[in-house]
Amino acid sequence: MIQLIIAIVLGMIMILMAGVAIYHKKLKVAIIAAGAVSLFASILYILLAAPDVALTEASIGSGLSVVIFFYVLNKIRKYDTEK
Amino acid sequence: MILRNSLLFLLLIAFAAIIISLFSTNYSEAEQLGIVAKHYAENAKAEVGAPNLVSAVVVTYRGLDTLGEVVILFLTAAIIGFMLKSKHSVNNSDKRIKGSEILETAANALVPIIILFGSYIFINGHLSPGGGFQGGAVIASAFVLLVMAKANAKLSHKIISFTESVSGFSFVIIGVLGIILAAGFLDNTFLPLGKYGSIISAGAIPIIYIFIGLKVGSELTSIVNNLKESQNIEI
Repeated sequence: MIQLIIAIVLGMIMILMAGVAIYHKKLKVAIIAAGAVSLFASILYILLAAPDVALTEASIGSGLSVVIFFYVLNKIRKYDTEK
Repeated sequence: MILRNSLLFLLLIAFAAIIISLFSTNYSEAEQLGIVAKHYAENAKAEVGAPNLVSAVVVTYRGLDTLGEVVILFLTAAIIGFMLKSKHSVNNSDKRIKGSEILETAANALVPIIILFGSYIFINGHLSPGGGFQGGAVIASAFVLLVMAKANAKLSHKIISFTESVSGFSFVIIGVLGIILAAGFLDNTFLPLGKYGSIISAGAIPIIYIFIGLKVGSELTSIVNNLKESQNIEI
């Protein structure tokens, strides 16, 4: 029962963060929110007894892809201001 | 805009309601495993000898899919490296803002530990959760920390591409050895299965996982490294 409650709370936080990622005006906040979705998803995967997927999600989803997005955002912004 | 967004939201809620009503009326958890899952659960110990069933499926039963994944990742890294190739390799590292002292000190302390943890994940891939892909991603995140903390850190392209190509080649060679010495492509039984649950067991799975981990780690590191080095260069 307590697992179900934690899972529901995590799911609601994920939906909230996904909404922030879509609708926030600042791209930096949106990227961090997208990383947070992955972070909470990885906790959810552990609750659902899938530690392999949780490891992948935590390292790729909330670690590397956020950094890559930031690098790309920095590059695009520079290109825009120069034009 | 607000009207469109709220309409979209209502549509999503209606969709969720339909899905929930479909499943809540006549939904019951499956009591038994499916045919394929049952075969894996019953025969994996004798056929593959890996306590981590996911590894047994990913590396041996569905090894070709793993090879496909690795190839896709290789293509991604190659395309990013090709698109961001700098025509003139100017060194404008002095323009970069230095990482903060906290970040630098933390990187000094954490990078070796994270690399150790990543290697632990892929060496123990056949015993505990995780495997080559996860371990490689953890190792790559250690290098990301290093690259972000030290503005002047330079990772050698030669070493990265050498590790990547050698491990990818060895992965395929081991797969072909499976055809020659055992039942089929990527069959792990051409090495002795060993004692169930010990670190040197499950045939070729640990070796394959070490190669996958090195390959994935070097590919992800090269993606981030290429992006970092092209920050100050025009597209």
